[in-house]
Amino acid sequence: MIEFKNLHKRFGKLVVLDGLDLEISKGGIFAILGPNGSGKTTLIKCLLGMVIPNKGDIIFDKKSVLDKWAYRNNLNYLPQIANFPPNLTVIELINMVKNLRPKDSDTEELIELFGLKSSLDKKLGNLSGGTKQKVNIVLAFMFDSDLIVLDEPTNGLDPIALIHLKEIIQKEKDKGKTILITTHIMSFVDEVADEIVFLLDGKIYFKGTIEALKKQTNNDNLEHAIANLIAKQYA
Amino acid sequence: MKYKIGLFFFFISFVVSAKQIVVCESCGIKTIKEAIKIANDGDEILIKKGVYKEQNIVINKPISLIGEKGAVIDGNNVGGILIFKTSNFTIKGLKIVNVGLSYTIEYSAIKVVRASDFIIENCIFENVFFGILIEKSKRGIIRNNIITSNRKGEASSGNGIHIWSGEEMKIYNNEMYGLRDGIYFEFVKNSAVYKNYSHNNIRYGLHFMFSNNNMYHHNEFRNNGAGVAVMYSKFTTMHHNKFRLNWGSASYGLLLKEIYDAEIYDNLFEQNTIGINAEGSTRINYKNNTFSRNGWAVKISGACYTNTFKNNDFLNNSLDLAYNSNINDNKFDNNYWSEYTGYDLDKNGIGDVPYRPVKLFSYIVNKTPEALVLLRSLFVDIINFSEKVSPVFTPDNLMDNNPLMKRIND
Amino acid sequence: MLKILKYSFYDLMRSRWSYVYFLFYLILGFVLLFLNNDVDKAVITLMNIIIVLTPLIGTIFGVMYYYNSKEFTELLLAQPIKRSKIFMGQYLGISISLTLSLVLGLGIPFVLYGLFKSAAIFNFSLLLVVGTFLNFIFVALSYNIALSTENKIKGFGYAILMWLFLAVIYDGIFLISLVVFNSYPLDKFSLIATMFNPIDLSRILILLKLDISALLGYTGAVFRKFFGTNFGMFISMGVLVLWVLLPVLRMNLKLRKKDF
Repeated sequence: MIEFKNLHKRFGKLVVLDGLDLEISKGGIFAILGPNGSGKTTLIKCLLGMVIPNKGDIIFDKKSVLDKWAYRNNLNYLPQIANFPPNLTVIELINMVKNLRPKDSDTEELIELFGLKSSLDKKLGNLSGGTKQKVNIVLAFMFDSDLIVLDEPTNGLDPIALIHLKEIIQKEKDKGKTILITTHIMSFVDEVADEIVFLLDGKIYFKGTIEALKKQTNNDNLEHAIANLIAKQYA
Repeated sequence: MKYKIGLFFFFISFVVSAKQIVVCESCGIKTIKEAIKIANDGDEILIKKGVYKEQNIVINKPISLIGEKGAVIDGNNVGGILIFKTSNFTIKGLKIVNVGLSYTIEYSAIKVVRASDFIIENCIFENVFFGILIEKSKRGIIRNNIITSNRKGEASSGNGIHIWSGEEMKIYNNEMYGLRDGIYFEFVKNSAVYKNYSHNNIRYGLHFMFSNNNMYHHNEFRNNGAGVAVMYSKFTTMHHNKFRLNWGSASYGLLLKEIYDAEIYDNLFEQNTIGINAEGSTRINYKNNTFSRNGWAVKISGACYTNTFKNNDFLNNSLDLAYNSNINDNKFDNNYWSEYTGYDLDKNGIGDVPYRPVKLFSYIVNKTPEALVLLRSLFVDIINFSEKVSPVFTPDNLMDNNPLMKRIND
Repeated sequence: MLKILKYSFYDLMRSRWSYVYFLFYLILGFVLLFLNNDVDKAVITLMNIIIVLTPLIGTIFGVMYYYNSKEFTELLLAQPIKRSKIFMGQYLGISISLTLSLVLGLGIPFVLYGLFKSAAIFNFSLLLVVGTFLNFIFVALSYNIALSTENKIKGFGYAILMWLFLAVIYDGIFLISLVVFNSYPLDKFSLIATMFNPIDLSRILILLKLDISALLGYTGAVFRKFFGTNFGMFISMGVLVLWVLLPVLRMNLKLRKKDF
């Protein structure tokens, strides 16, 4: 479904992606992990067209995405920081995003689920961080797309919302969607991810199921398994 | 006594016996020259409709020359046309066209030499070199004429009404345009110029040289090289005139050069490059004038002593005053300045802080004219302000101590 | 693009600052007209304010909006919309809302005053046209600066510096060079130097209709020929259009390579 081919990206002297190759098949939840600065967000942004790679290609649905924009219609994205125009109301924002995309959406259920009904007419500038994140989630899940990209989706969520989020992710997976997640919360990965992609120094260091990782590192705990993985690299 | 009575009767009989001579194409007398030849003193020559191609018509007896509507004397662009060498004449209602051009002789439509008590009225002059040229004459009246020309350049054009050495002349209700000077006075005394409209002339609308004790009022000068130039003259009175739209590199509403004891009041100076340019002018009273939207309202350069500016309105001029010499006993008092930003706490109608009409920028533009492009830029406002606070370049005692809060001539 | 424009515009139209800006012009217009009663003077004062203030406000709104809506822009970037359209939408949104504040703020008092019957209508409209140009130019310039500067504080600093340079410092250097090179013909130099600063150009355009035309005779012939005719007016307007188009073009070029 997605293919990164020999992807290079430099920010000034800093090499972030260094000839990265990665293939992600259709269906399933992929957790992209790695230490800070390993290139997770850059990778995702390359896919979204927000960062332009120096070299290499990205194929999505058999077509290159570089310099294109229409493919994003089949892609949902949840950004890391939820910050919206402060003078629009929640409902206006939702309608605006709907308006921007030429496809059907389902918001009723999501709004209900996250208890946003009472906040619909509030200005976005007056919302708390958690509520903003909920709005953010609604925006990410309201379209029916083949690929969903979640950048730190658990930020600022209360436990109930977190449960709902997991439910939605599961539901989408059951529909056969491909979901990419970056996060620091290992328990969350352990719970939802089918496969792990581990990035280090701009390259794929590990790709496989959680079980495979645990087996490879001889560690039953995911957090430790990953620590082990890094330790081995620097040993 | 007897002699005087005799003269009186002679005069009466003279008037009674005056006859009319008619000139027309189908009449017995076909040319003006012919008519003049047979005319006696006091006769009237009536010129009927038609074009008379004649030049150098000399009139040496006191007669009246009356044109019917449509009577035209065409000089065919060679030489002058009418020359009066007599007093007590009248010329009226004629159209005189095409005066010849010369760089040595001042050809004119009407030339008057050593005459007194004459009237030139209701005539139209077109394509003239000089219009009316008067030498050594007295008590002439020139009224209701229109004098125009279309010559190019100062050298190849002449003046509309040109008086060299004259006394007690009255010039009113005339219109002059396309000439070198609309009206030119040289060695003229005790004369009045009023209600004329002089516009689009190459040099000056009205020009005084060495002429004392004259006055001009209620005239309008528009779009001339300079509106009025008064030079080397004394006791000139100028009031209720309008000086408008005199634009150009040496363009002034009013140019004063080496003049003494003049009164300038109730005039309007509007949209001239320089409203008044005064050079070496002494004892001049400027009162109740309005200076509106000029480049400079007043520019004073060199040796001007004892001038007073009182009760004038300075409205929205780009620069109110330029000064490139010492203050020399010139006074500014009780004027209204639209640029004034002071306050009037005691409500007596007079600003509590003095106004400084000379700006640093005006000083710079004097030296570097191109700096004008920076007029009203923020930077210029800043340097003007700092100069206002502590004058370095501009004379620091030049100020209006009693600036008015309201316009005078509103 | 129109959709983005619409939402940026709505967003700004509801911000407190748009109202403050609008009210400022409204009050200014009323004060100038009704306390002063001299339309000519009002237009000159307005020119002084517009020439300095619209660029400043345009610059500040431009950088502020860019940095404040950075995350939201990222959300938009993930939508199926062309990059350039997002930014052009935002750019137009800001410029139009600022222009509306200006035109309505000053327009209302002038209309109430009976401008349409006044001879100053042309000068006044020219003032608004020039103000509009300045809005579009300075928002574009500040967007360029913001796009090229990741750091918000730095970006803000550069933007203000740019304004300060064009509004004050440029003229200072200009004036000093005129005075220093006094003995050379300076006509063409001043003409060109004016074209390179949109604030100067706008000022000259208005002054041509107000009072400088009377003074032009005092300067050299090149100057008089250029600015004394409609030709100069058209060229100046054309250069102002270029001043909008070039930064917008650069913005679009920059966007092709820019990482978010």
